[in-house]
Amino acid sequence: MIARPVQTDAARRVVITGTGAVTPLGGDVDSTWAGLLAGRTGFAPITRFDARTFSTCFAAEADIPDLAGVFADPSPHAGAGRNTRFALAAAAQAWRQAGLGDARASADPPSTLDRSRVGIYLGSGEGILDFDTYVRTNLDGWDADARAVDTVRWARAARERMDAVREIEQESNMTLAHVAQAFGAEGPASNCLTACTASTQAIGEAAGLLSRGDADVMIAGGAHTMIHPLGVTGFIRLTALSSRRDAIESASRPFSLDRDGFVMGEGAGMLVLETLAHARARGAEPIAEIVGFGSSADAFRVTDIQPEGLGAQHAMRDALGQAGLDPRAVGDDGRPAVHYISAHGTGTRENDAIETRAVRAVFGDRADAIPMSSVKSMLGHLIAAAGAVEAIVCAKVIQTGVAPPTQNLRTPDPACDLDYVPNEPRDLNPAGGVRVALSNSFGFGGQNNTLILARFEG
Amino acid sequence: MSDGVVITGLGAVTPFGVGASALWDGLLEGRSALTRIARFDPSGFDCRLAGEAEGFSARDFVPKAYRKAVKVMARDIELAVGAAHDAVRDAGLSTRGQPLADGADPTYPPRRVGCHIGAGLIAADLDELTAALASGVDERGEFSLARWGDAEGGAGAMGNLTPLWLLKYLPNMLACHVTIIHDAQGPSNTITCAEASGLLSVGESMRVIERGEADACFTGGAENKVTPMGLVRMGLAGRLAATGDEADGSRVVRPYDPASAGGLLGEAGGIVVAERESTARARGARVYARLVGAGSGHAPRSDDPAVRARGLANAIRAALRNAGLEPADVGAILPHASGVPSLDAEEAEALRAVFGGSLASIPLVTLTPAIGDAMAGFGGVATAVAALCLHHRTLPARLHAGAPAEGLDAGPAPARDAAVSNALVCAGALGGQAAAIVLSSA
Repeated sequence: MIARPVQTDAARRVVITGTGAVTPLGGDVDSTWAGLLAGRTGFAPITRFDARTFSTCFAAEADIPDLAGVFADPSPHAGAGRNTRFALAAAAQAWRQAGLGDARASADPPSTLDRSRVGIYLGSGEGILDFDTYVRTNLDGWDADARAVDTVRWARAARERMDAVREIEQESNMTLAHVAQAFGAEGPASNCLTACTASTQAIGEAAGLLSRGDADVMIAGGAHTMIHPLGVTGFIRLTALSSRRDAIESASRPFSLDRDGFVMGEGAGMLVLETLAHARARGAEPIAEIVGFGSSADAFRVTDIQPEGLGAQHAMRDALGQAGLDPRAVGDDGRPAVHYISAHGTGTRENDAIETRAVRAVFGDRADAIPMSSVKSMLGHLIAAAGAVEAIVCAKVIQTGVAPPTQNLRTPDPACDLDYVPNEPRDLNPAGGVRVALSNSFGFGGQNNTLILARFEG
Repeated sequence: MSDGVVITGLGAVTPFGVGASALWDGLLEGRSALTRIARFDPSGFDCRLAGEAEGFSARDFVPKAYRKAVKVMARDIELAVGAAHDAVRDAGLSTRGQPLADGADPTYPPRRVGCHIGAGLIAADLDELTAALASGVDERGEFSLARWGDAEGGAGAMGNLTPLWLLKYLPNMLACHVTIIHDAQGPSNTITCAEASGLLSVGESMRVIERGEADACFTGGAENKVTPMGLVRMGLAGRLAATGDEADGSRVVRPYDPASAGGLLGEAGGIVVAERESTARARGARVYARLVGAGSGHAPRSDDPAVRARGLANAIRAALRNAGLEPADVGAILPHASGVPSLDAEEAEALRAVFGGSLASIPLVTLTPAIGDAMAGFGGVATAVAALCLHHRTLPARLHAGAPAEGLDAGPAPARDAAVSNALVCAGALGGQAAAIVLSSA
């Protein structure tokens, strides 16, 4: 564990002052939160393409925002893909909540901000393949006898068919480009794509940039959708998805004995982060504080998680260390150091058992006293965007003292023996509310990231 | 005084072949590796020249037990794995997959080794994917999603894709394979900001080491856009030259020349070892250079290059500020220098904004006429070259078949001695991200 002093300097402390989300449960944070507390699930047959013969023919689709309702002038984003539309709408919400401006009136940042000190760090996914065009082009170039693509024919077909905007918008830095443009961010800019952990990592690194003094304000978060033919195909082939075609609405069953994989979701989560000093100077109200971040690699296998969840343990321990929290300690109030955990909780056999083991390894017996739920049981898995939405969920848990449930958890699994807040939200205020929340995100290939949020207490 | 970050190992796989030394030799000799594309028939494309690392396979650079895994590596991943191997060897590090001697302990505890490798959008192998797609064609000769499906009513054509198909193309698989081979369990990230990816990764490694979260990091990037899809996309983005019958790429790519026909692609992986100075010195490592500053910025969209240049100018200023240096302290600049006139004009505008009139006397080290645009591979490769410039007190030869814009030291030049103390490496990306780092002599 890293032993570092907990930040007390307002120039280095990082607070959240705005949040925004577009999810399968709603077009903003409040509707998403209401859906989570109501135990709604966003799962339904896929409408984006004909998936009727796919073993996983369902997903959690989000409504695509109409940018005319987001920006006074949406024209710069006319060619933006689905994930970018999610991102722009969510970022506009966060920007507004932070008191930095209403994009519906004018997207210009307030003149009090130095644009070179406004940065952006997203964990956004690649854009959607222009599937029909791509398939036709490939088949036009296909030489069945040679079992190879004739690149001369292919090039001709590509020239006729492919569209510049649709092709370039697939590059995974394009969502970032649109959001930076929309809100006048000209400072530090990065997009990371570490699979299912990307936006957690983006938030952690954005906080690091602020703490280092490289920016005053950062837009951080992620957007993603893989609900397209090759995205769903890829995960089906990896046997990562639930194929519960007969019970779609309850297909995602994290920590349940009968879980059979995750359900794909889509959307965006965006946060406005700033140094406490900057927030104070402009009179902004912190929603929560980011007090810890940890990152690690399993360095184990491309396909499997390290069985003891060592990488996950390292990420959690580093984040706790940065926050100055002892996971084995009992506070004066008799409670553990962490009051809520947002689990990665995908609903795959492997993840949920190993995450449970890792949490137990880090927190020991204290683990039993920490409510830990998976909102993927309702939202599905937003892939790169999952961590950002879950960080926002943690902020809501801290603000309200209520933990959302793990839905569809009807059959306990002996390998998953923690308190997952099954099926009903829980009011934690009688126990003292939630001062500290931990959010886990793990990705294919063994990427692990943990964020710790705390109630802002001046 | 806080502990610094140093560069101790250089790794590259470029069109000059495997090894940072092969790259350096090629650059010193003033050769160009940009020739007619050999890996597929490019005659249907307007752009038919590129740089390819001919004969390179990651198979030759992974532990025997890991050879099978090369099957699930896209070319981009192979480039990263090869470059990382080269960097470890050059740094004199011992890792799980590359021990200095049989059974030797790793130099650093695995938890203290991080990995930040920039990546691009990886194109699927056309033959492999299309073979599967073709099996989903219905009796009318049209591809059918219904046939593609693997459940009731489908023909299961998707089953003709290998189960691990998706894992070949996830951008974080570059870092994942490298971390697995070398048992690097520290912080790991994959930055995907096109040409800025590599330098953004170097900056992130620097911050992670500063924060105390790692003692050594693999850092840089890799990308292969020399694919049919890469040519189409970069062509549509206005990045590529129409090459006609030209056979010598160095005659095509003319950085900062308003008459340049455009850019050319080159596949490359560039990965360096960034290390905490105290632990590097303690193990007696050779230090090529100190990594003293990193910064980034974002360019506003505009028709005015002076406005767009703000992104790169912000990045350079931030890196210099971080390094505690003034523009006058910079003795050499390694810019992206794509050879695309509009991009070069924007880049030159940013350099002029920061360096003013003194820009004319600062040599620009341009790599693109020799190896092409490596996209996400650029930052790591350029960092390695900058470190070598400082280490050998030498600037490589510079190719230029035309005339760069006035006020820029970018014309043809032989390799030459140069006592450079501080070198700036910078790049702006398709999409607007910009990054810069500053290296100082050891």
